[in-house]
Amino acid sequence: MSAPTGKGRTVRRWLILSLFGVYFLVPMLASVEFSLRDVNDTHSLVSWKKLLTEPGLFETLTTSLWVAFGTVALTLILMVPTVSWVHLRRPKLRKLVEGISLLPLVIPPIVLVNGVLVVFRDVPEVISGTPVILVLEYVILALPFTYRALDAGLTAIALPTLVEAARSLGASWPAVLLRVVVPNIRSAVFGAAFLNLALVMGEYTLASILLMDTFPVWTVSTGQSEAGVSVAVSLLSLLVVFLLLFVLSMVTGRRHRQVTAPIAPTPSRGHS
Amino acid sequence: MTANSITAEAGVVHPAPAAVPARPMPKRVAAWVTGHIGLLPFLAYTGIFLGAPVFMVVLGAFQDNDGVFTTDNITAAMSDQFGRSFVTSIELSALTAVLGAVFGAILAQAVLGTKPDGLVRKVVSSASGVLANFGGVPLAFAFIATLGSIGIVTKALTALGLDIYAGGFSLFAFTGIAIVYVYFQIPLMVIVFTPSLEGMREQWREAAENLGATKWQYWRHIAGPVLLPPFMASLLLLFANAFSAYATAYALTTGVVPLVPIQIGSLVSGNVVADQQNLGKALGLGMIVVVAIVMSIYNWMQRRTSRWLG
Repeated sequence: MSAPTGKGRTVRRWLILSLFGVYFLVPMLASVEFSLRDVNDTHSLVSWKKLLTEPGLFETLTTSLWVAFGTVALTLILMVPTVSWVHLRRPKLRKLVEGISLLPLVIPPIVLVNGVLVVFRDVPEVISGTPVILVLEYVILALPFTYRALDAGLTAIALPTLVEAARSLGASWPAVLLRVVVPNIRSAVFGAAFLNLALVMGEYTLASILLMDTFPVWTVSTGQSEAGVSVAVSLLSLLVVFLLLFVLSMVTGRRHRQVTAPIAPTPSRGHS
Repeated sequence: MTANSITAEAGVVHPAPAAVPARPMPKRVAAWVTGHIGLLPFLAYTGIFLGAPVFMVVLGAFQDNDGVFTTDNITAAMSDQFGRSFVTSIELSALTAVLGAVFGAILAQAVLGTKPDGLVRKVVSSASGVLANFGGVPLAFAFIATLGSIGIVTKALTALGLDIYAGGFSLFAFTGIAIVYVYFQIPLMVIVFTPSLEGMREQWREAAENLGATKWQYWRHIAGPVLLPPFMASLLLLFANAFSAYATAYALTTGVVPLVPIQIGSLVSGNVVADQQNLGKALGLGMIVVVAIVMSIYNWMQRRTSRWLG
């Protein structure tokens, strides 16, 4: 966008950006300061050192990572074939699948968990008493992102042509999905996987009501006794997720240009 | 492109609609199943893990503890105490949605003025993704470090002679929670509103300018009317987002501000009397109704949007 008013506009834009920058940075810097506090107005690394010896940190982090891994895997196994099938065979059903996929936006997690408690009260302990139930429900919470990312990815490629080419060369359906479709929508798959990961690493509502010891639940319970430690952990987790997303935006930004530019200039209509 | 081959294939499994009514029931079911085979895992999964829980909430809202039909829970959910918490939740969501939408739109517009592949864009889009999706618990702690009673900003203001806590402010009361919510509403607005801003064509502005329109006239008659529906749609999404938020509120309030999600949480986890589970479901049903109303207005707005910015 070229600005006819030139300099004045550029100055105003950077002024706005810096004001927002300050607004968003203050709580982060405050967290850094807070996590470095020691007794009697001194500062030290005591909270950060304690963090490593705090009971439960690694256990809960491991649990959350496993849940994240399971959620991403199950989401992709369920949604990649579904969305591909709808695109290929029943474009008319796209509205239906989209509608169902966006439903979790209408159901607040606190309400969903209420029903989950009733429905899965009598299922075997293996499912309801372990993080398996979290994996199963996080797939639902992640549906809106997942659907939009995959739908946008599949819209941008010439799916029928690719699939027919692969089929006529004798590829089986699983081979078509794994070796033709997935590589072509790689950035959409990455995007969906990543948003799932961010969601799982931050989800508190379901985990706490279902009494699962995940990383966010641990953060809150630790915060009640050790404010410094849990501010440090919060800061760390925000930074890690930010860095991952940032790297992802670098990678997909480059791929996006390469893959979709010559085929179809589809505007990205999706959100969140 | 290859529509012929698709319809040909589809025709095999999906007979003409005219033939359907004449068939016996089992065959129709079988035909439907083969026609939707690729959708079955998805339908089964969402049915079990989304449909069933929601159904149980709606059912439970109309049952007493012995499973007998009653409207007592609904009446209780609309009574003074809980009615007030619905009002508080709606006020908080509306306030933070408006603030988030206005500031988010300003930020999104400013970011679009920077280089398309520049660092600013990448940082803003990544940060938005983190804060909007992941925020919850970590944000609450960041704000305790900032504006809590011993937070650095609170201390700095006290040193300057402005003791905000003595002045009645508390991070754990309505205003405090609103400040934290706005912090994750702005990034969400940036995410959902940027595509609409990107859809604005440079030619529209040029055309208006060539016809002698002032900047105000361009915004009043062209950009404003085109952007208003997506702006309102985003605002509604922000409302729904704040309305359902639980983690941030829980980590911040310990029941000081009566918000519906917090009350459901305490009813469910048995902090109150154990036999009030179904009251929690009635409150849940109330939340679904509010969000559903908001989202259907959102959908209608979205359809108006795509007319111009599709």
